[in-house]
Amino acid sequence: MTLFEHLPVLVVIIPLLAAPLCVLLDRPVLAWLAALLASWATFAATIGLVAQTASGETISYYLGGWAPPWGIEYRIDTLAAYVLLIVSGIAAVVMLAARTSVAKEIPADRAARFYAALMLAMAGLMGIVATGDAFNVFVFLEISSLSTYALISMGRDRRALYAAFQYLVMGTIGATFILIGIGFLYMMTGTLNMADLAARLPAVSNAATISAAFAFLTVGIGLKLALFPLHLWLPNAYAYAPSMVSVFLAATATKVAVYLMLRFVFTVFGHEFSLEQMALHYVLLPLAVVAILSASLVAVFQQDLKRMLAYSSVAQIGYILLGLALMSPEGVTAALLHVFNHALMKGALFMALAAVMWRVGSVQLTDLAGLGRYMPWTLGAFVIGALSLIGVPLTAGFVSKWYLVTAAIDAGWWWLIPVIAVGSLLAVIYVWRVVEVVWFRPPNPALVDQREAPLSLLGPTWALALANLYFGIHADLTTGTAETAVASLLGGLR
Amino acid sequence: MSDLPGIYNYLIVVFLMMAGFYVVISQGNLVKKLVGLGLFQTSVFILYISMGNVIGGAAPIVAEGVTVYSSPLPHVLILTAIVVGVATTAVGLSLAVRIHEAYGTVEEDDITAQDRADDETVGTSSTKDAAANATSTEDAR
Repeated sequence: MTLFEHLPVLVVIIPLLAAPLCVLLDRPVLAWLAALLASWATFAATIGLVAQTASGETISYYLGGWAPPWGIEYRIDTLAAYVLLIVSGIAAVVMLAARTSVAKEIPADRAARFYAALMLAMAGLMGIVATGDAFNVFVFLEISSLSTYALISMGRDRRALYAAFQYLVMGTIGATFILIGIGFLYMMTGTLNMADLAARLPAVSNAATISAAFAFLTVGIGLKLALFPLHLWLPNAYAYAPSMVSVFLAATATKVAVYLMLRFVFTVFGHEFSLEQMALHYVLLPLAVVAILSASLVAVFQQDLKRMLAYSSVAQIGYILLGLALMSPEGVTAALLHVFNHALMKGALFMALAAVMWRVGSVQLTDLAGLGRYMPWTLGAFVIGALSLIGVPLTAGFVSKWYLVTAAIDAGWWWLIPVIAVGSLLAVIYVWRVVEVVWFRPPNPALVDQREAPLSLLGPTWALALANLYFGIHADLTTGTAETAVASLLGGLR
Repeated sequence: MSDLPGIYNYLIVVFLMMAGFYVVISQGNLVKKLVGLGLFQTSVFILYISMGNVIGGAAPIVAEGVTVYSSPLPHVLILTAIVVGVATTAVGLSLAVRIHEAYGTVEEDDITAQDRADDETVGTSSTKDAAANATSTEDAR
């Protein structure tokens, strides 16, 4: 079947075409329908890709029939399919809930353009993962970033504008650093295809230009994935963005940046260069540890729940980088598992907050006293997501933390275990503050007559919350995929 | 000719890049920040164009008697990057306009001061504010 052969490019093209369609349709409901259909079609196409790559095959697709290294190649291996599944899956769930939430938070005359920007952001993120061309990565990165700035600025609070501006400045500096890095690589090798780069780099890896390229790429991607000292844009951006944008970004944007990091570190430069010659793990390890401890600590003192979860995201990215810094297949497997599980837990948590925002109009902790009596289902899903965040057994969060701890012991870095434990304890504290206020405080008089959130918000919230439980119990599904992905990513490290 | 023409471009690139970066960091005015950001991006354009040059190469147009051409690929790449740069500046400026509408200023210090004042005065009444906003969006529809 011919359409089937074109799946690698379809997962990018469907959302990319849906974006102008949303603008043309111009009516909120029609635009939402178009975006909904596009996101589910993309999700279905991604499942096709996952099925094709499940046992470690690589699909290579020549864009326009031009063979690499002259043409642009789309390259889907198990890792790429796995990340594509996260992005399109979350987008599909977000679109289910979007209509209700957007009708409340975005003025009707801007709603169609909101969906268009959301589809563009999705197309950009899918493209970063699907492409096997270094310059193409930069283009897709900017497509997703520019639409993300626009999406964040649509938040109801005027601070959303300033948050979007700050993200624009830092994001552009990050993207330009990536552009410089790619330029240096091209300078030394004369190619932009990732597989070709990987083949040609070892011959010139002693050149200072390559080291500089590596440094620029690491810092640039670090800005995008909110690596600890470069995370300053993230809390405000997530806190003031419209609820649906927070769900989508928190669950996908940083994950795609992590993918990009893995791709450049292991596929393009190769672990011998990245880890042995440049000693990347000695840079990542302390930053990851500081991220886990400091961001969790800051989260404890937040009054705005979205901000609290945003700081918690910075800490969770610390866990992911910790797995990467362990430099072993087990560590990278743990990192990949946490990429997937963190998308599930943050998706569920932000989605529950979107439901609270829809009903109450605020996510300030002081406004939510006793809300558990009125919205037990929403906050029940929040608690499940929060348990997964802490890493309680039988939730998805436990699986990835278990792998992380095992990998740390295998690597002989036993002192990482207290770090992970303290991080989890801090998560208990900031989650407990919420539980205490919403379930055990006398109700805030302003909340009288609040009812449960509508099914269109509650359904996706519970779908994500139950996914946390499902992947916590049937962990072999995700661990199997992650191990296959890691095996193809760094076969030589074993 | 000495080596100078070879390094000259890169010196310019480094100077422009650092100047742009410094403006982004040091200026409190959002529009000036965008100017710095534009400078920062432009320096990378020059970097790419410089690396495409081949010593003694002609413009990459097929002509009789010419055998050495400059590489056209970096030029094509940077056309894309220029478009991205223009789009970034446009989005940045439109955000600055919206910020000016919302705050009445584009100075970073004034914006943070207003935000801090909001935090102190609004406090717990944010529920009411948000609820009022919600109803007004519904009215608008």
